[in-house]
Amino acid sequence: MIGILVVCHSFKAADGIVEIASQMAGEKVRVVGVGGNEEGGLGTSTANIYEGLDKLLMECDGVVVIPDLGSAVLSTKAALDFLPEDQKSKVVIADAPVLEGTVLASVEASTGSPVEKVRQVAESAHLLKKLTN
Amino acid sequence: MDNEHLDVTKAVAIVENIKEIIDANKEFLTRLDSAIGDADHGINMSRGFAKALEKVRNNQYNDIGAVFKDVAMTLMSTVGGAAGPLYGTFFMRASMKLAGQKEADLTLLAQAFREGLQGVVALGKAQLGDKTMVDALTPAIEALEAAAKQGLPLKEGLKRALDMAEKGMKDTIPLVARKGRASYLGERSAGHQDPGATSSYLILKAICEALGV
Repeated sequence: MIGILVVCHSFKAADGIVEIASQMAGEKVRVVGVGGNEEGGLGTSTANIYEGLDKLLMECDGVVVIPDLGSAVLSTKAALDFLPEDQKSKVVIADAPVLEGTVLASVEASTGSPVEKVRQVAESAHLLKKLTN
Repeated sequence: MDNEHLDVTKAVAIVENIKEIIDANKEFLTRLDSAIGDADHGINMSRGFAKALEKVRNNQYNDIGAVFKDVAMTLMSTVGGAAGPLYGTFFMRASMKLAGQKEADLTLLAQAFREGLQGVVALGKAQLGDKTMVDALTPAIEALEAAAKQGLPLKEGLKRALDMAEKGMKDTIPLVARKGRASYLGERSAGHQDPGATSSYLILKAICEALGV
């Protein structure tokens, strides 16, 4: 099973994105969101991200992290440094729009694709066209 | 206690001083960050170091590395912005070099800070001149290393490092930001002093004051 960790500056944003993505994701994917600083304000916390990763790695073969902006990326990288090498190698970070990327990644992961393929599909969300006429 | 070494008591004093100096400059850092960032640097740093001090005060330490490791872990969890993982990594890498050490001389301190800076660069990928904390830390650590090589006293080395950090900080004013939220502003980021370089200078100033410089 593939895990997807959504990292946002706001827990509400992360939770909402997880809600949207979970609607389309099946049994083969676990989508978890973390966000906000430890006092509930805006920001990201390396400790929260680490806990999210740890939780997902217990039941998943691989994890794709989808961060929103700036410190979400840096905090994720810092959290990865706390994982043992064999766990760290199961995690990839996707450079993707956080909502669209998470939805596409969840659908892809639910088909049983490996972690690298899920990351690529998340990143393809950059090209997603919303207006077609 | 002597003047040539950092010990556990002084390491704790450093954390107290950083908390105080960041608090005293909270509005200033926030003002700098509101010009080119998201106006949270002062508040974030103040919250982070308040928590770090609380943690350090409630513990007993046998070595300097353990003090800085607790600071690192707390900053990574509580700062919230990019400064959290960046300063967290700085203190974490430095603490690994200082692990098990009851004292550190200028040479060891310079090595620990160099490791810290390398961690920051590896994580944030900033180069010199990108208008970041790296612009204050790099010349400061180079000055520490040069002073250690010349066999200068600890205080003299720190004084030189602080002067170089101040220069590095002021030199960020004309630069165009290439990292972080400020880089979204492009050319408009020029003309403002970088908040990260400023907090790095302030941290070094607090270290100097704790060691009697």
